[in-house]
Formats: sequence, C-alpha cells, structure tokens
Amino acid sequence: MVENRRILDLVTHLVLILGVALIALPIWITFVAASHDEVRMTQVPLPLLPGDQFFVNLKATLLGSGLSGTETAPVWQLMLNSLIMALSIAIGKIAISIISAFAIVYFRFPFRMGFFWMIFITLMLPVEVRIVPTFEVVSRLGMLNTYAGLSIPLIASATATFMFRQVFLTIPDEMLESARVDGAGPMRFFRDILLPLSRTNIAALFVIMFIYGWNQYLWPLLITTDSNMGTIVVSIKQMLEAAEQSPQWNIIMMTALLAMLPPILVVIFMQKLFVKGLTETDK
Amino acid sequence: MLKRVHFPASILPYLLVAPQVIITLVFFIWPASQALWQSMLVQDAFGLSTQFVWFENFQALLADPLYLASFKRTAFFSVAVALLSMSYALVLAGFADRVVRGAMTYRTLLIWPYAVAPVLAGALWVFMFNPTLGILSYGLELVGYDWNHKVNGGQAMALVIMAAAWKQVAYNFLFYLAAMQSIPRSVVEAAAIDGAGPMKRFWTIIFPLISPTTFFLLVINAVYAFFDTFGIIHAITQGGPSNATTILVYKVFNDGFVGLDLGSSAAQSVILMVLVIAMTVVQFKFIERKVEY
Repeated sequence: MVENRRILDLVTHLVLILGVALIALPIWITFVAASHDEVRMTQVPLPLLPGDQFFVNLKATLLGSGLSGTETAPVWQLMLNSLIMALSIAIGKIAISIISAFAIVYFRFPFRMGFFWMIFITLMLPVEVRIVPTFEVVSRLGMLNTYAGLSIPLIASATATFMFRQVFLTIPDEMLESARVDGAGPMRFFRDILLPLSRTNIAALFVIMFIYGWNQYLWPLLITTDSNMGTIVVSIKQMLEAAEQSPQWNIIMMTALLAMLPPILVVIFMQKLFVKGLTETDK
Repeated sequence: MLKRVHFPASILPYLLVAPQVIITLVFFIWPASQALWQSMLVQDAFGLSTQFVWFENFQALLADPLYLASFKRTAFFSVAVALLSMSYALVLAGFADRVVRGAMTYRTLLIWPYAVAPVLAGALWVFMFNPTLGILSYGLELVGYDWNHKVNGGQAMALVIMAAAWKQVAYNFLFYLAAMQSIPRSVVEAAAIDGAGPMKRFWTIIFPLISPTTFFLLVINAVYAFFDTFGIIHAITQGGPSNATTILVYKVFNDGFVGLDLGSSAAQSVILMVLVIAMTVVQFKFIERKVEY
C-alpha cells in the first residue's frame, strides 16, 4: 500500500482474521455438533471442540433412514433428488435462454420485442409473490411430486437471456457475414461460432444457477408431499421440527453439513467463474 | 438490440423462443393474472360461492392493522439486514483492499456463505441460539442475559436479522472489494503524499468513489431481505412469537397455505408484485446512470 506502517498492517490482518472467524463460527459449531454423539449433544454447555464421532455420524446419516421419528427419506436419496433438481434447473435455464437470446439478437421477426418484454417480466415475478396460483397450475398439470414439477416452473430466466444477449451483441457482425459467405445456416452458425464463443459465460452461469437450484426451498416444500421426492434442503426444516421432541442434533447438523457441502465446494473451487457469473447476471 | 446483419425471417426464430415463452406463459403470466383476478374475489366461508368485489380485498388489507404492522416490520427488517451486512462487508473490504498479498485468500474465506441455502442459515443460527442448549445463549446466560427468542419478539427479530445478514455479507464484500480495487492507485497515493492518513483517505476518497456500488447494493439487499429470506424465517421463528417476525412474504404464504384466505393472499401477492416492479425499475435506472461513471 501507500505507506509502510507495521502496526497498521498488523491491525489490518487482525481485523480480517476476526472478521473471517466470526463469519465461519456458525459452520464451526455445526461441524463440532456433527462430530459428537447424541448424548453429549444434550448436555449443557455444548462442546466447542470436535469429538471423535464424525464418521459414525456420517455413516448413520447417509445410510440410515434420517432422523428417528421423522418421515424423511434416506439422506442419500434426498441428496440425489437435490442434485437432479439443481442440474435440471441449471441446464434447463441455460439451454432455453441461449436459444431465445439467439433468436432475439439474430432474427428479425414479428413480435420479436413482444417476446423480449414477456421474458423480461419474469424478472418481476419471483415465486414468492405468486405461490398459490402457480401451485394450482402445477397441480392441475399433474406435476406434483415429479422432477419435472420441481424444475420446469423455475427454468424461465430473464437474467440468463439478458446475459447471452449481451454476449452476442459484442460478437462482431463480420463473424456472421463470413459464416454466411461460407454457406452456413443459422443453426450451423449457432453451433460452430456462438456456442464456442460463449463457453465461459455458460460455465459461469452454470455455477450460479446450480447454487440457485440446489438451494431452492419454498417451491419444493410446496409441491413435494411424497417424502421420497423431498430435497435435502427442505428436509432440514422437518428435522428441526422433530428436534422439538427428540433432539438428535448430531444427525441434524450432519445433514445440514451435507446439504451445504456441494454448493460451497462449487463456490470455492470455481471461484473465478462464480465471481464472473455473479457480477454479470446481476447487472 | 438487433444485429445489423441478421438471418431472414422464417419459422425458426419462433421455435427458438418457444420453450422460454411457453414456460413464461404457463408458470409466470398465467399464475400472475390468476393472482390479479383472485385478488378481486371473495369466497364465502364454505368455499361454495365466489363474488367479484373489485378492490375490497385491498381496502380490507390496507385497513388491517396486522397487515400494516407487517409492512412496517418488513421495512425495518430489510433496512436492518442491509445496514448490518453492508457495514460489516465495507469494513472488511476496506481492510482487505490494503493487503498487498493475500487479499484473494481472505476473499475465498469470506464468500462461501453465499452458497448456504437460507433455510440452512436459519438452522445454524437457531441451533446456536437454542434457548435450552444453544452455545451462544449459554454464553449470554453466563453474562446474565436471558435469551429466549421463542418468547421474546425483539430477540426473535434480532436473530432472523443476524442470520439473514450473515448470509449476505459474502455478496456485499465481493462487490465492495471489486469496487475499491478499481479505484486508481494514483488518486489514493496523491492524497497520502498530501498527508492524508488511512482513515481520512477512506472517508474522503474511497467511500465517495464507491457510492454507486453502495447504492446498487442497497437495492439488491432490500430485494434479498424482502423475498429471499423466507427460508430463514420459516426455519427460525415461523413468523412468531405472536407475529413478531411475520414479514410480507411470510404472510402471503401463511394466509394462502395455512389460513386458506385466498382472496387476501392474492391481494398481498399483487402488492408484492408492485413492490418488485418498483425495485426493478430503480435498479435499472441506477444501472443506466452508472454507465456514465
């Protein structure tokens, strides 16, 4: 930095380390809770240092049938459901957004702007504000308790369409001209030129949308009544309710750890793409 | 908007926009218009007959002290979440910006709560503050403070604010750090040569220069607190005790799915839609302005 002051540097790192520690505290407590046995987790004060039951709890959680006294499916089944939902949402959003952006940018056709505004409106209608009627539509279509019902209503995306539109607008017109001179049709141009050029954007969007899909709560909560179709994120709430009667905090916190692990790993290991996706979809 | 060179019109572009447009129509436009329609209907107590009542549901809502209280509560909640998480992120970003090497390490250590689902964030915080077992409520008891968010509405509100702000720090930190790192070093160095200390430089140079980011984050955080915190509240308090944490989104859910008062729930949905539209317009206006910076 500008000046060289030892004490200021020390304070800087001290503040940052404290700041990070405070943010990490809830996760640490969760990890500690997941590494003790059931009995220890009912004695006040609760431990601050990890115990030796981590792998026992992991096995019991993953392969057991969840919490005793709740009607959740086994945790591995819940995680599989979450994975299928998150992947369908992420891939679905990218696929339908990239082709509609292609149509809107590269074709002139009647109602083009009408379609564009229609897609734009979805930005203003989050699930939370139209839950009751959307639920009715999905139940009338017979999509309750299906993977299609979990993912399809969530895959329309104005932000993704905007982002691809932005990307396509920066691609020079000469690309299209030369492709046409070489006799390429629209789909050939899309496949051989647009897709490869938007590869990093697709990856960045995938990271964001995977997290978005995995973390869905209200929607799966409403439309899954069959416990075999539940997602891991929703199951936490059911476990918290059961904990009022029989606290098994070691299992609950282990489930919480498992539920947050995949998106956290994605953020940490694909940090560059994550940051790119975050800054580009929200602007 | 449109490319100067483009493909001739055919059936193809319609096929390309069809999936997105069909999904939008079926799952967005149709339910939203249903909500609009239902918001003007009243059902009798047995659900046998419905009557068209124009804006009576809205009038009833706006005269309902419970709804108005929920409105005020939501405003307070969003302001508190935005202030808490933004100031925390601002301080950390200000310090991280000073670090020559290792700023990215701190970034990695700070951004992952973004990936935690709201309901999980709620579960973690409610566990730490569990009145009988929680480790932090135990600590508070040691210093003589009695914590029970299941009875005390103020404490319940404080708990959901903390959990919501915790999750949002990552996002704010990311944008603040990026904004600070894009300020030309020469400006800051010139001030240092003129004798401005670190605090003075921060308040007179860095903070004013990142004000567009602050404004952007205010809007984003408000939208987050309004709509994305449902899971946190559902996990921690279920809107209680005695409605102390029932924010607008939670009330729509509660009146619609638990109370089964469809007309009122639909009218609340419509009011929320108007709010989202207003916030989106503000957000876009701001982005247009930001281009000039």
